[in-house]
Amino acid sequence: MLEIKELTKSFGGLIAVNRVSLKAREGGILALIGPNGAGKTTIFNLITGVSQPDEGAIFFQGRRINRLLPFQIAALGISRTFQNLELFTNLTVVENVMVGAYRKSRAGFWKSVFRRPGATKEDRLLYQEALGLLDQLGLTLYADEPAGNLPFGQQRLLEIARALAARPKILLLDEPAAGLNPNESRELAVFLRGLVNQGYSLILVEHDMETVMSLADEVVVMNFGTVIASGEPGEVQQNTEVIAAYLGEEEEEAC
Amino acid sequence: MLGTESQYMQYLFSGLTLGSIYALIALALVVTFNITGIFNLAIGEFVTIGALAAISLREVGCPNALAYTLAVIIAGLVGVLMERGTINPARKASVLTLIIITIGVSIALRGAALLIWGTHPYTLPAFVDAAPLSFLGAVLIPQSLFVLGLAVVAVALLFTFFDFTFAGKAVRAAMMNRTAARLVGINPARLSLFAFAFSGIIAALAGIFITPITTATYDMGFMLGLKGFVAAILGGVTNATGAIIGGVLLGVIEAFAAGTLPSGLKDAVAMVVMIVVLLTRPTGILGQR
Amino acid sequence: MGFKKNLLLFAVVIFVFCLPIVVESSYYMSIFIVIGLYAIVAQGLGLLMGWAGQVSFGQAAFYGLGAYTAAILATRCQWPPLLCVFVAPLLPSVIAFIIGRPILKLRQHYLVLATLGFGIFVFVMLKDLGALTGGPSGLTGIPYLNIGSIIFMTDHQYFYLVWCALGLTLFCMANLTRSPIGRVFKAIHSSERAAEAVGIDTASLKLQAFVLSAFLAGLAGALYAFWVTFISPSPFGFTTSVEFALMVVVGGLGTLWGPVLGAAIIVGLTEFLRWAVPVALPHAGGEFEIIFFGIIFVLIMLFRPKGLLSIEKSSMAVNNPATLRSTDA
Repeated sequence: MLEIKELTKSFGGLIAVNRVSLKAREGGILALIGPNGAGKTTIFNLITGVSQPDEGAIFFQGRRINRLLPFQIAALGISRTFQNLELFTNLTVVENVMVGAYRKSRAGFWKSVFRRPGATKEDRLLYQEALGLLDQLGLTLYADEPAGNLPFGQQRLLEIARALAARPKILLLDEPAAGLNPNESRELAVFLRGLVNQGYSLILVEHDMETVMSLADEVVVMNFGTVIASGEPGEVQQNTEVIAAYLGEEEEEAC
Repeated sequence: MLGTESQYMQYLFSGLTLGSIYALIALALVVTFNITGIFNLAIGEFVTIGALAAISLREVGCPNALAYTLAVIIAGLVGVLMERGTINPARKASVLTLIIITIGVSIALRGAALLIWGTHPYTLPAFVDAAPLSFLGAVLIPQSLFVLGLAVVAVALLFTFFDFTFAGKAVRAAMMNRTAARLVGINPARLSLFAFAFSGIIAALAGIFITPITTATYDMGFMLGLKGFVAAILGGVTNATGAIIGGVLLGVIEAFAAGTLPSGLKDAVAMVVMIVVLLTRPTGILGQR
Repeated sequence: MGFKKNLLLFAVVIFVFCLPIVVESSYYMSIFIVIGLYAIVAQGLGLLMGWAGQVSFGQAAFYGLGAYTAAILATRCQWPPLLCVFVAPLLPSVIAFIIGRPILKLRQHYLVLATLGFGIFVFVMLKDLGALTGGPSGLTGIPYLNIGSIIFMTDHQYFYLVWCALGLTLFCMANLTRSPIGRVFKAIHSSERAAEAVGIDTASLKLQAFVLSAFLAGLAGALYAFWVTFISPSPFGFTTSVEFALMVVVGGLGTLWGPVLGAAIIVGLTEFLRWAVPVALPHAGGEFEIIFFGIIFVLIMLFRPKGLLSIEKSSMAVNNPATLRSTDA
């Protein structure tokens, strides 16, 4: 459903992504793993049009999408969360989700100028849907809190709720489990698996190996901007190059 | 009626003269921008203050040289006061806040100039009392040569300063990388002060040199300052050489436009140039894309 | 809470309605008319600055374009004045639509300079397209505005017209900012990237805000033209653009009544200074009040910098620990 071909992107002299190709199947969970700076977030930015690749192409449902603007790509059905959290901190939690659903609403600028605000049928529906999503992610309690006041882990969950509100076909999750405790992580994994059963496709960037291995159908391992291994979780775990890359990182993190 | 060729020479001369003034103002803007990261929209008022202060000092009996020197110092002090009073206290604010502050200072200074000097035009005598020169069929006023000379000398001095003195190298380093400069102990607050003092001085010199040709009014600096911006944007905002080229180019474009379009549209030409450059080549004609 | 608010609104309406009955002096009436006109412009600019997060230092150009279009249609084409009031704002709107998309891509300084440059360009054009605009001496012979047989000749009559227009503007602005679109604008303020990521065309929303701000400026300009019945380029220059921006900032960004308050403060201050300064300094002439505008501007920026371009009084995003984390390259 989403296919990346020979994607290359460099910043200044530094090659962040080097001829990366990968394929996300419909109804599957693809995990992108690798040490910090391996180029995972860059791939997300390229897919969502935040930055433009130097070379290569991205196809979504057979349509080439690089060179489209970020909002156009999102409108095609690609939603994402941000690793470094980009919540609308000046809105409440439920409002964040409602804004996420905005593109489907019929509230046009000029229409809004002449219509009394207050709860239209559509807005009420939007609100109900938003509450439903919050409920699924266990955020109902916080619905009317300013989004910026949420604990870190819950902010990540809200990012997911907001991305889902846009009714995507594929969801890109950038480290969704960071900041969650092991219990919450497991709950999240169950939730994400549930999404796949509902027909969503997922690509996730994750550090937490347990989540990745239990969840992913396919794993792509990156290091220094290139794909060093890919396959089913079990296969990848045995790959020596992968083990080396990860051991190397753990040493770095230890210092 | 002049022949076409000599007419073009005439445009070129007047373009180069005004262009030198734009180049000087643009240079001050670029130095300020590189050091502080902000556009000083009050620079035109420094030009006004320099020119009008020189006129008033002469009126109270100062000899020319003293009047001009004092006027330049006054404008430099205005720059220092502006930096200390408004820019430095807001240094942590957003760029947009800072630029609006400079607009505020600009209109306050223009209002003050209006109160002090009124609306009527003043003039300064030409620096030498010589007959206009004839050159390739066009007329060249001697004062134009002084303006060109000022631009050349100022640019030469500036580049010497940047290349051969320690302070200059420090400023240049800070212009390239503000964080790095701070790390090696260059005081950014002092540099910012330097930038505004320098702007005041350069702008005042520009004002004093151009006044014998154009006359001086309380609002003379507004358009000159804006043209300086256009020149800086043409040259790419961060590039001192570009600022100079941009200034001269703008002067020449304007002079030719003024010769062929209705006279009042001259100012519109500069604005069109600025908007077109901003929209098509935001890094300037010299900058890389 | 709704009741209290409604009561307050009712009181304001009554106050405005009674004003011309109580105030006899034509001079004071004219000040209130100017406040009303400027408040309409400031409403549009407030939407642009406070909600769409963009800035314009060329708003006087749209105001002038509205005034001149109305005047030219009424004098040279003999259109009925009321029709002109509705048609004239379309020209600035269309121009805003055309220039908006590229100009709003510019950031910070560059946006300030581009809008400022546009304002000066239009000002120069008004002065120098003499055949059409009457040049520096302006256009005369603009007829009075009439609605059916009611002719708006006196300042007292015109006051009602202008403040009705302002009321309508406020109504529309309240609708917009309290609608889902208002919420989306707030979201864009907080994170444009995230808004784009959920499929919101932020550029188009900003453009629409820009077009509406130009329309409102044009409407105020057209109303101005039929009030004074004589227009020249001078009220449409850079100083006026700065005053508009000042009104928005003084009144408070992202508020409904802020621009009205700002317009009242700035117009009131101008009139006061025009009276007070010559008393203190008899030889003074010209628009010296700009000194004080400049100083006010600087003071607000120095002491309320967060107020600018943020809907909240203090920006919450600054305290968000997430913004401090670095990105994965």
